[in-house]
Amino acid sequence: MRTLSRSISIGLLALAFAAGPVAAAEKLKIGFITTLAGPLGIIGKHMKDSVDLAVEHLGGKVGGLETEIIFGDDQVKPDVGKQIADEMLKRHKVQFVSGIIWSNVMLAVAPTVTNAGTFMIGTNAGPHQLAGKQCSKYFFTTSWQNDSTPEAMGHVMNDQKLTDVYVMAPNYAAGKDMVNGFKRSFKGRIAGEVYTKLGQQDYQAEISQLRARNPKAVFVFYPGGMGIQFVKQFTAAGLRDQFPLYSVYTVDEVTLPALKDVAVGQFETRYWSPDLDNAANKKYVSDFRKKYGYTPSFYGAQSYDGIMLIDSAVRAVKGNLNDKAGMIKAMEKADYASTRGKYTYNTNHFPIQNYYLLEAVRNPAGEVEMQIQKVVLENQKDNYYKECKMK
Amino acid sequence: MSFLIILEQILNGLQFGVMLFLMAAGLTLVFGIMNLVNLAHGSLYMVGAYLATAAYQWTGSFPLAVVLALLGTLVVGMLVELVALRTLYERDHLDQVLATFGLILFFNELIAIVWGRAALYTSLPGYLQGHVEFATGMIYPVYRLLIILVGFAVAGLLWYVVTKTRLGMLIRAGASNRTMVAALGVNIRFLYTIVFGFGAALAGLAGLLAGPIYTAQPGMGELILIQVFVVIVIGGIGSIRGAPMART
Repeated sequence: MRTLSRSISIGLLALAFAAGPVAAAEKLKIGFITTLAGPLGIIGKHMKDSVDLAVEHLGGKVGGLETEIIFGDDQVKPDVGKQIADEMLKRHKVQFVSGIIWSNVMLAVAPTVTNAGTFMIGTNAGPHQLAGKQCSKYFFTTSWQNDSTPEAMGHVMNDQKLTDVYVMAPNYAAGKDMVNGFKRSFKGRIAGEVYTKLGQQDYQAEISQLRARNPKAVFVFYPGGMGIQFVKQFTAAGLRDQFPLYSVYTVDEVTLPALKDVAVGQFETRYWSPDLDNAANKKYVSDFRKKYGYTPSFYGAQSYDGIMLIDSAVRAVKGNLNDKAGMIKAMEKADYASTRGKYTYNTNHFPIQNYYLLEAVRNPAGEVEMQIQKVVLENQKDNYYKECKMK
Repeated sequence: MSFLIILEQILNGLQFGVMLFLMAAGLTLVFGIMNLVNLAHGSLYMVGAYLATAAYQWTGSFPLAVVLALLGTLVVGMLVELVALRTLYERDHLDQVLATFGLILFFNELIAIVWGRAALYTSLPGYLQGHVEFATGMIYPVYRLLIILVGFAVAGLLWYVVTKTRLGMLIRAGASNRTMVAALGVNIRFLYTIVFGFGAALAGLAGLLAGPIYTAQPGMGELILIQVFVVIVIGGIGSIRGAPMART
């Protein structure tokens, strides 16, 4: 019995090795990691829907090749994310890994993928380590470096001559990056700095502390469901009229359907908005609304761009997935119709792009939506590219 | 200023304590009287949160949603008792833990199938969204005050039912000597179903109150269950009076 099962498993192993390389050569496999469950899973839905739409726009063939997308749920846990990435690399033999919302997950996954000589196309998280010392030629991102967006908000708040600002963010890699970015450009005094648990739902205790400190303004970074909870509780506690609230990645198309009127008048800085005026973006936003019946978010736009970037790379090497140097060269040109308009890649493979000031306003149809007010930073480079020695 | 923040944090603590009390009261009721370890109590809390959210979206009236969710969890609790737990009373505690743990998995999957894995966000009706100002600088959200009040009301009601009414007398008698009560002509099985149903409704009440604050999501019950077990162990297992004491 024992020898029988052993010989069967040896036979299966041999089959797997024999079948592996053949399948890899004719099919493009992309592993897409995001968060699909729990209060933060709402972001993953935006990303997954956008990936599906991008593949549909390309006629089911990314880069002209038969395409298979394998989705993975990281549960906001770095160890789970790494495990999924390992499985994608070893079992599915993917040529690209993409997605990833959370910077702490990204820091665990990106080295695993790039050390295996596989491409990592980030579509959200942009921790400073990957833009600087830990940069890799196999790593590209269609999003931003974490520090840049809050840096833009720092400039906006300088212009309004604000000081005594109370700063709040979740306690993880991106939370720290966001606060560092903000403090780099913001000239006024910081009244307090509070980090909360990632995924926290109840902020009443922190809100009481905030009120006791009596700052002049509040700056927060609370993505996804955390943003919904924080802004609602901030408003319910009666602080809305007392302290002006400025935020990044908190009030957006993911949280607006739940926040509605509570968000009106809220300012955010961002590199993208649904009302950004270019052909690729118009097509993306209108087809997305038609297909899924809701407004896409920047999380979705980046994920859509990620698939389009991969498409441009695979086309440039005419489907020869072994020509990795050729694909790196092609992606460095960013030669595709991005939803943010034309942009270029810096030496660390992070975009050089504009950051805008957005405001949540009520449109004629009575819905609350984000609208671009002005450009804050033009062709902004992140602060870490000089530390990147690309090998 | 420092006095105000202490006062406000006391209220915050009280509000969280009340949530734990509502959960613990139901759990300890079931454990003390029926001698049943029910790990699935957290699932009933989740069911309460989901039913309230769904009913509020469906009817558009918050009080009506509360009533529907309470009745809903009562019925779900009684069904669970009839179908699954009835056979477990004579068994060992370990068997009960195993079976009710199975129920946790069952309910989490069921909720995920019906409502999806993503969390549900509810907004409160306008009159509960606001805040009250006790004194200058001392502001507190109305909804959280409501939770505290509901907690105290339920504590009073439970005390009254258990010590002053005929139902309470039967419950207490059943707890000390089951066979004797049955011999006196009381349908003890039916009594247990009712007790379990009320325990479930208490969990449901905690769940529906928690929904708007913590968001309704699969697995939300397990997050709070551990703290609830701590509360009932400190308060003395099976003692309803112990539960509110312990939570403070």
